[in-house]
Amino acid sequence: MTALLSVRDLRVGFGARPEENTVVHGVSFDLAPGETLAIVGESGSGKSVTAMSLNRLVDFGGGSVLGGRIDFADADGTVTDLAQADEHVLERVRGRQIGMIFQEAMTSLNPVLSIGAQIEEIFRLQHGLGRAAAKEAARAALERVRIPDAERRLSYAPHQLSGGMQQRVMIAIALASNPRLLIADEPTTALDVTIQAQIMGLLSQMKQETGTGLIFITHDIGLVAGFADRIMVMQNGEVVEQGDLDLVLDRPQHPYTRHLLEAVPHFSDGKSARSDHATGPAAVKPRALTVEDLTVRFPVKSGPLRRRSGNVHAVEGVSFDLFKGETLGIVGESGSGKSTTARAILELVRPTRGRISAGRTVDGETTKPVQMVFQNPNASLNPRLTVGQLLAEPLIAIGHKVDRLARDRMAALIDRVGLPNDALARYPHEFSGGQRQRLCIARALVLNPSILVLDEAVSALDVSVQARVLDLLMDLQHEFALSYLFVSHDMAVVERIAHRIAVIYAGSIVEIGKTAEVLAAPKHSYTKQLISAVPSIHRRRHAFSVDTRSVPSLIRPLDWEPDPAPWVRLNEHHMYRQEA
Amino acid sequence: MINVLWDIARHPSGRVGLTIVTVFVIAALVAELGLTPYDPLEQDRIARLQGPSGVHLFGTDLFGRDVLSRLMIGVSQSFTVSFLSVGAATLAGTVLGLTAAWYGGLWDGIVMRCMDVFLAFPAILLALLIIAVVGPGGWTSILAIAIVYTPIFTRVVRGPALSLKQRDFVDAARTFGSSRGYILTRHLALNIVAPLSVQITLALAWALVTEAGLSFLGLGTQPPHASLGLMLADARNLMELAPWLLLVPAIALMFAVLGFNLLGDALRDILDPKTRKALA
Amino acid sequence: MRYLLNRLLVFPLVMFGVSVFVFVAVRLVPGDAITAMLGTESGLLTPAQRDALAAYFGLDQNWLVQFWRWLSGVLQGDLGISTTFGEPVLTVILRHFPLTLELAILSMLIALAIGIPSGIYAATRKDSVADFSVRVVAMVGQSTPSFVVALLLIFVLSVGFGVLPQMGTFVPFSEDPLRNLGQMILPAFTLGTAFAAAVIRISRSAMLDILSEDYVRTARSKGMPRRRVIWRHAFPNALIPVVTLSGVEFGYLLGGAVLVEQIFALPGLGRVVLDAIQQRDYALVQGSVLFIAFNFMVINLLVDLAYAALDPRIRLDAK
Repeated sequence: MTALLSVRDLRVGFGARPEENTVVHGVSFDLAPGETLAIVGESGSGKSVTAMSLNRLVDFGGGSVLGGRIDFADADGTVTDLAQADEHVLERVRGRQIGMIFQEAMTSLNPVLSIGAQIEEIFRLQHGLGRAAAKEAARAALERVRIPDAERRLSYAPHQLSGGMQQRVMIAIALASNPRLLIADEPTTALDVTIQAQIMGLLSQMKQETGTGLIFITHDIGLVAGFADRIMVMQNGEVVEQGDLDLVLDRPQHPYTRHLLEAVPHFSDGKSARSDHATGPAAVKPRALTVEDLTVRFPVKSGPLRRRSGNVHAVEGVSFDLFKGETLGIVGESGSGKSTTARAILELVRPTRGRISAGRTVDGETTKPVQMVFQNPNASLNPRLTVGQLLAEPLIAIGHKVDRLARDRMAALIDRVGLPNDALARYPHEFSGGQRQRLCIARALVLNPSILVLDEAVSALDVSVQARVLDLLMDLQHEFALSYLFVSHDMAVVERIAHRIAVIYAGSIVEIGKTAEVLAAPKHSYTKQLISAVPSIHRRRHAFSVDTRSVPSLIRPLDWEPDPAPWVRLNEHHMYRQEA
Repeated sequence: MINVLWDIARHPSGRVGLTIVTVFVIAALVAELGLTPYDPLEQDRIARLQGPSGVHLFGTDLFGRDVLSRLMIGVSQSFTVSFLSVGAATLAGTVLGLTAAWYGGLWDGIVMRCMDVFLAFPAILLALLIIAVVGPGGWTSILAIAIVYTPIFTRVVRGPALSLKQRDFVDAARTFGSSRGYILTRHLALNIVAPLSVQITLALAWALVTEAGLSFLGLGTQPPHASLGLMLADARNLMELAPWLLLVPAIALMFAVLGFNLLGDALRDILDPKTRKALA
Repeated sequence: MRYLLNRLLVFPLVMFGVSVFVFVAVRLVPGDAITAMLGTESGLLTPAQRDALAAYFGLDQNWLVQFWRWLSGVLQGDLGISTTFGEPVLTVILRHFPLTLELAILSMLIALAIGIPSGIYAATRKDSVADFSVRVVAMVGQSTPSFVVALLLIFVLSVGFGVLPQMGTFVPFSEDPLRNLGQMILPAFTLGTAFAAAVIRISRSAMLDILSEDYVRTARSKGMPRRRVIWRHAFPNALIPVVTLSGVEFGYLLGGAVLVEQIFALPGLGRVVLDAIQQRDYALVQGSVLFIAFNFMVINLLVDLAYAALDPRIRLDAK
């Protein structure tokens, strides 16, 4: 038997009576040395539990392996069944034979210990190195994951590093003992797309350099298209399909795999952009919203007297038009100012300067033409109010009575967004994440707005739920003649819903134009970088590069005024900032 | 509310706590209705310092008064002081904490610095000072304990209120143009009820202890009225001669405090989303 | 570090607030100082003698002047003269403070020595019989007021064993350490039990929270042995809330444990303040309360320093 790992009929349960609460039902797979297996599934599919059962970390989270075998082959060929192994044996396997990296590098590193201490202990405890030798080994481990200035970083505390750097440290820790197997549990989900590309690139290189076997867990089938040898798709604790990468992607057998491949938004360089909204000559199109020179700066205070010493230039000179009935996608990474732009339009933050003018609604009935849907439906619905009370709030706010007419309208909206009609009397926690986001959409529509600002409105949802909520949004757009400002970091989602795209970087728009044009033929170097970093099932065996360009600091001295680069206009809609 | 009671009844320590507190509350109510076995103030020169028996379940004290009756009326006195003082502190703390969190700036600074001043005293010392000013007695104890616990409630309310203020549903309310009053009551206050109820329960336990301590020093309830602290003080010099005089109020006080502490623990478990799942 | 600086700036502000509060509060106490000082003899004073005495203690001025005089004295280290002791207030405080300090230190040592190991032991064996017993003991310990513990201890010792606690005249540690410890052990144990119960509960719950943190999972995924995971990775993080609690409790103990001192007849700071309030000894009340509040805030600052030492997020954060 040549397999590095052979799992047979693995069953895992949780709680005091694990037999009654199993979450992994009979999973079997093999992994050859040096091979990469991707386990794909949505939340609740049991993919992470499966992974954590391999080194039996699941024991510490209240889980227990109920049955099956986990045969792991040592370098010298001895095979151990980890499902039966006792804690003593497992301690020698973990770290030495099986390394692991997790989704949140930030919380996975001990906040009170230095980076160096967390790496050195592996060399000291597992390899018996002395203090100086361990330190030297730790430095080498950091250099291996391309961390510049490794010597100095050893004394850093985790919170002094960026998210991408923290994940590299985690990789360094996991690879410190040159394990035969590396388990990566959604290691890039919490990261920006360009940072994700760097981590993926690094993992590819590490794989080649060390020859380690790799199990990569993800919800994004596109992410592993360029990366894995084999794919295993999981749903509700069972393996629904597994096989070679190309086979699964090109000839999926199981309906769920087909659903993941077809219904879920996948990035396709502008090929799946919408074509339902004729973007005619801009001069004659009615505008729903005009933003001119929007600038938002937050004061930076320093010194014992908390004097204002500078500004964070969160949004700098942003201008755009939102036409009636269209969707403008605003894409950017965290800290780019895209959410601040959205919040400024809703008057949640005060602009430093600039003009925002929203047109009246057709019937002129409401004073609130712009409404917002937030990223996290859990956080944007007060858990102590019923759905009825939640939907009534906007009406109460503008001094309306919640009368029969209003109640009928609320019931109609609830029905329209696809929720059961008894929903009004229930509380938000009784609904799933997707349903809650539908609630938020219904609430935003109560006042008959003409514009919806959607701030990462589907980002917190499972991928297959995303598609359905996007479809709902597009239907509603037609039905109520809504204009959407769709703020997102997710290129695949924006490609689906936006007619036009504005790419925002370090507080300014660097490129704007029709979705298909911008995504197919990006002009600005940042847009290009962003697009090349987006994973896609259409980019098979795509090698991510390890590029370490860092975002410029947004903190500037008090009197600093930017000198915006001139626009280069390609056609009526598509233009980008000239670069030096 | 009914749901919470049901959850408490199913929680192992909550069940015990609820039972203890209920027994004490019933005893206090019975005493308030004048239904104690004997008149708690009536002296009986013949039946002095009698041990527990069928006639006097918990014996009699130096003046021949029935200890059970005195215990019941004492519990009623102690509970009244605790409930009223914690109620007042909750009210004051909620108003101060909510407004401090909402308005921030100067008002927040003034309120929180004042609370810092009060918190710089050990609780009993602050209570002593207030009692010295107003003079000893039951109502004074209420005032003193209320003032001692107000800063704690202010902090307990302000912390969650500050984080609630940043939550998306408050931002959403702002985008609708909801009024300040609506946001403060529906979005902030309503969501603070859970952490506050835990704190109230635990504060009731502390208030019982503080009240007993003040009475023990002779600064709370005044003789001939009964309270747990006073009974303990009276028993001090008689503990070898009549141990029941010490043990009865001591155990009663312990159980009353234990009851509220258990209830508070159970509430914390029930209202904490992290443990809620594990209990279900 | 900014946080610490902030605390340092607030310090004098709060001290000033405490001064004003105490100054006004003592003067609102009904009755006057001279009568309280001399008791029945005060009736023998002529009005002239009374005025002279009032002038000597500075009680003839209006409150604002009195406050200003007192405050400027305090800033020069002069807390005024106690009317009951006829000595400088600082002398009185410093005579009684060592006992309070010793009692507080002993109680805290007992509490930490019992509390931390049992709390962590219970957390690492959650839901075992040992965990359950520790929790019950801690719950009962926390629910028993210190003065009840004191009374029960005396009761058990005198009735059960026929031993009476060594009350008598208090002997300082420097004179006769053994006799001193003999006198202190019961009160220290009394104050230590509730304190220990609180330490058990907080260290157990902190440890439980931390054992489910991601970084503990990381340590395990590295193959670190169980003891190392607990003591090297989890323990330093669990210590932070324990330090907070201990700081607050210790700070309050430094204010004197009025009830326990009373029961064990110990001349600590708590009883000094209690007597001073009852004697309307304005200067002594003001001085000792200020002293207590000052200690409390110093302890708070030390706790903040301990945070910074334990947690680099506080130490290194520019924010």
